[in-house]
Amino acid sequence: MATKTISDVRPSVLPPAAGHAGLRGVIASEITKLRSVRSTYWTLAALLIISIGVGVAVMAGESSSLTNNVGNKAGFDGTQVSLIPFFEIGQLIIAVLGAMVITSEYSTGMIRTSLTAMPRRGTVYAAKAIVFTSVTLVISLITSFIAFFAGQAMVASTGVGASLFGTVKIPANAIFNGPGSPGSPPKVTLQGTDVISASSVLSAVIGTALFVTLVAVIAFGLGAIIRHTAGTITTVIGVMFIVPVLVQLLPDNWRWDIMRFFPDSAGRVISVTVPGGGNAHLWSSWPQMIVTACYALVLLAVGAYLFRKRDA
Amino acid sequence: MIEVRGLTKRYGAKTAVDGLTFGVEPGKVTGFLGPNGAGKTTTMRCILGLDYPDEGTVAVDGKAYSELGYPMREVGALLDAKAVHGGRSAYNHLLCLAQTNSLPKRRVGEVLELVGLTEVAGKRSKGFSLGMSQRLGIAATLLGDPKVLMFDEPVNGLDPEGILWIRNLMRALAAEDRTVFVSSHLMSEMEHTADHLIVIGRGKLIADCTMRDFIAGSSGASVRVRTPSTEALARAVAAKGATAAANEDGSIEVRGMTTEQLGDLAFGEGIRVHELTTVQASLEEAFMELTASSVEYRADVPAGQQPSTTIGSGV
Repeated sequence: MATKTISDVRPSVLPPAAGHAGLRGVIASEITKLRSVRSTYWTLAALLIISIGVGVAVMAGESSSLTNNVGNKAGFDGTQVSLIPFFEIGQLIIAVLGAMVITSEYSTGMIRTSLTAMPRRGTVYAAKAIVFTSVTLVISLITSFIAFFAGQAMVASTGVGASLFGTVKIPANAIFNGPGSPGSPPKVTLQGTDVISASSVLSAVIGTALFVTLVAVIAFGLGAIIRHTAGTITTVIGVMFIVPVLVQLLPDNWRWDIMRFFPDSAGRVISVTVPGGGNAHLWSSWPQMIVTACYALVLLAVGAYLFRKRDA
Repeated sequence: MIEVRGLTKRYGAKTAVDGLTFGVEPGKVTGFLGPNGAGKTTTMRCILGLDYPDEGTVAVDGKAYSELGYPMREVGALLDAKAVHGGRSAYNHLLCLAQTNSLPKRRVGEVLELVGLTEVAGKRSKGFSLGMSQRLGIAATLLGDPKVLMFDEPVNGLDPEGILWIRNLMRALAAEDRTVFVSSHLMSEMEHTADHLIVIGRGKLIADCTMRDFIAGSSGASVRVRTPSTEALARAVAAKGATAAANEDGSIEVRGMTTEQLGDLAFGEGIRVHELTTVQASLEEAFMELTASSVEYRADVPAGQQPSTTIGSGV
């Protein structure tokens, strides 16, 4: 088979190198790692298909409901409804990728090979975080915008679809005037006007993508701490889905005060565009996003510390 | 040039490496021998900065591994051929490693050719046989054309052709004045490859010598003799201060005398001799003798006398 010897492939071709191997090369390496395994494509495809596909399906359902019962038009937040599948389900899918970017190195043993090639662990960790976060941000923005546009197309005929290119006015309230004739919707009168500006829509679409990216970073940080794929994903589900549900069991007067400090709460408010449509107990969109960002940064930092400190 | 000074590494209560000091010189193959669990892998992991020593220092060309400018140009190390992401193709695996050290892309094709994996470069490595994985791992070590090479049990599980290939490769690398440091738990693997030996047991240095000295220092030759007058000869041997032990086939094994001395002795005593043979102790025996007291797991030790049982992480 291999009859060649080392001297047959004299690496006289290896150019001299000065200084230190640094971040740039490791970033290139991490891009190669990410693009050369199938799981990356599967998860990103799942993110796009589920976020957009379910979003379109939900909006198609809304379209008929808005047509059949005009009362539903009052306060209808087309932006938020089209993005719900993205920030509720999509965040979990991208969290799987965030965890695997780092835990797969441990489950396969690749980490030992990676750190032998580049023993400066801070550089390896930084490159991984930069590449993964960048890719996630770009894919999340693409998903968010497509889900938004495709969703609004579904409700275009109803006149209450959101727009990124101009102000949309929707009815603020629906007054119930008694039941309609059998088989038809109740009689309602629409009152008042909510003004949805293009800038609030843009903020919601971009903000939701940022929120999903932050959740992915949380998963990445947890992955570096836990170093185990299943354990990391379970923890992410626990933090983002199960703890918030458990908190619902607490007495109302203090559960909202706690909810503000949960990483998932930003998802509930960032996509809101209708004035007064947010949650009165939570902070407004961007302050609530800062809470999520703090979780992401702290977990990223703890992950970095442990990545450097522990035996590989 | 690898220097290990006073290296101690503990995993919990178990001391895997215990005050180890040795150096590995360029231009020869240095065998790193010890029974399973002796601390060979742990030592190599500490040299590479994968594990942090509890005490002592390790240096490659005078520097800590993590301070090497372009580590892959200085050191090529293969600890575990299966430590790759199986979903990645051989080419992409090598490419992502090369990129960390800014090595040119064409190096990937060159080392793939060198190890004979060009045809499967695009295949995902999870389908590779152990032999192919070893070749892929060795390709990775050669990417940066390093001056120092380290292999942990490189021939484990290989077929004879693969073993021969690795032996020749190691010899060729040493002939080019590189430092070649190879671990094994089998003396027979080192017999034809290593110039120098570092033997450890239970994390401690047992021997650090040339292969020649190791052979000379072993208890060495014995003489097998067959005679109808076994008892008379045994008495005569004992009278001369040598030892005689009976073999199962009726011959006796004499230590402490050469064939000439034994022949003359038998002649002088008037004992007829039917066979007189020098038996060279194999290196394997010498190695086992040397490490006998430091074997981590032994089947024949009664439970009460078991040396501190441990869960071996440094296989």
